[in-house]
Amino acid sequence: MTYALQITDLRKVYDNGFEALKGVSLTVDQGDFYALLGPNGAGKSTTIGILCSLVSKSSGSVQILGHDIDENFALAKEQLGVVPQEFNFSQFERVIDIITQQAGYYGIPQKVALPRAQHYLEQLGLWDKRFDQARMLSGGMKRRLMIARALVHNPKLLILDEPTAGVDIELRRSMWDFLRKINEEGTTIILTTHYLEEAESLCRNVGIINQGELVENTSIKALLSQLNKEHFILDVTSIPQPDLDLGYPWRALDDESIEVEVEKGQGVTALFAAIKSHGIEVLSMRNRANRLEELFVNLVEQSR
Amino acid sequence: MQQWVAFQTIVTKEIRRFTRIWVQTLLPPAITMSLYFVIFGALIGSRIGTMDGFSYMEFVVPGLIMMSIISNSYANVCSSFYSAKFQNNIEELLVSPVSNQVILLGYVIGGVVRGLLVATIVTIVSMFFTKLHVHNWFIMVSVVLLTATLFSLAGFINAVYANSFDDISIIPTFVLTPLTYLGGVFYSMSLLPEFWQNVSMANPILYMVNAFRYGVLGISDINVTASIAVITGFILLLYSFCLYLLNSGTRIRK
Repeated sequence: MTYALQITDLRKVYDNGFEALKGVSLTVDQGDFYALLGPNGAGKSTTIGILCSLVSKSSGSVQILGHDIDENFALAKEQLGVVPQEFNFSQFERVIDIITQQAGYYGIPQKVALPRAQHYLEQLGLWDKRFDQARMLSGGMKRRLMIARALVHNPKLLILDEPTAGVDIELRRSMWDFLRKINEEGTTIILTTHYLEEAESLCRNVGIINQGELVENTSIKALLSQLNKEHFILDVTSIPQPDLDLGYPWRALDDESIEVEVEKGQGVTALFAAIKSHGIEVLSMRNRANRLEELFVNLVEQSR
Repeated sequence: MQQWVAFQTIVTKEIRRFTRIWVQTLLPPAITMSLYFVIFGALIGSRIGTMDGFSYMEFVVPGLIMMSIISNSYANVCSSFYSAKFQNNIEELLVSPVSNQVILLGYVIGGVVRGLLVATIVTIVSMFFTKLHVHNWFIMVSVVLLTATLFSLAGFINAVYANSFDDISIIPTFVLTPLTYLGGVFYSMSLLPEFWQNVSMANPILYMVNAFRYGVLGISDINVTASIAVITGFILLLYSFCLYLLNSGTRIRK
């Protein structure tokens, strides 16, 4: 089977001697929604830079939909769409021109590019802004413009480098819906993000890079199954006495909520019963933090 | 086909860019050259008398047209490519399957078109001051195209190495302008002492100005065939160097 992306022993040493990638190997299946995670400076952007040939690799090989980026330069690039972390379009050009020019670079003539541009700009809520200069757009609109630009040549693999950074929650949710939709339509997506909730919500598989090495490459489900305990926050009608034994480690957060630690397989039925037996009602319950976040921190710390 | 569409796209984008900011790109040469024509041609020129058998205005017009072509072709590619680097939108091209040859040709043709457009404007302006007779259309057009190509390539090299907007004005100010002024735009080489005539032969702009002046007036301080050979040689040299810079990713890729 041809992978959407196959990276083998990828290494990058910058001119100043910094070793950004120390032999990363990973594969991403076609149709996958893959999260590439890692702390700042871990090597995520270097990896993406190499995939889209903005960064020269020191050694190793990269194949995009079976096309080696060294041997089949043009074919490999045709399969790939990239949404970078930083805005990288001319601020003085019109939205429609930015999209159709990008199509032109891929050999798509204007008469084909224009309806495609309309399709993606409408989908991303930018069609009304098509004649505006890019600098007039808000930050969220600029991010969506870069997504439309990356899709105009209908790539089979879309790479998004922190696409929702600085985007408000409502817009982030609508971008998630859009990305889910194009993934369901067959586009393989690789996403880097610092919002681990985003990775957990969208992605099926995950790779974690730290200090230039891939420290984890598995499914989100398998990763989450590694969690031994979870922390829940319960909003309650009154706070129990501090020394009260609920059968679970707990602590009061404020006058209305407590945090409870639940071991894997322990269940929460007994917890509710214990709380109720002291005349306290649970009003609501939620995870303390993103579950993936705890695993991420553990994995990154272990690899140091 | 793909590369042809990409080439058309880059050229169209470049032309759209400099026409969108025509107040910065097309208007200034018209005004500057009008002042040159008034001051050097009409006011001072009438006291200078003839130069190589032509009125000073007739003599100076080809040089000033060539000066416009040189500075505008250079500036177009230099500022456009550096801006693309500065705003990172050069990445739009680098991530796409456009070949480096097409990237280079697209930018160079953009510079050549601006050079030609400015040359046309300056020529039209000059016609308010003097009559132009074309001695040899083929040589005149060839020299214009070759010169615009050469300085578009030079502007590209400047843009690749530039790290700031200051860097794209250093070469035009401290190299291009002196070479142009000393390249026979305003005077005939025969006015110089022999030593300075020999020194001037090392100035490539001298060859372009004289070859163009031959195309217009039929006079030249230098053999026209030699001039065209020198310009072509420089084009081949700079084109190869530009391609090397793009292929190696110098100052463009990390």
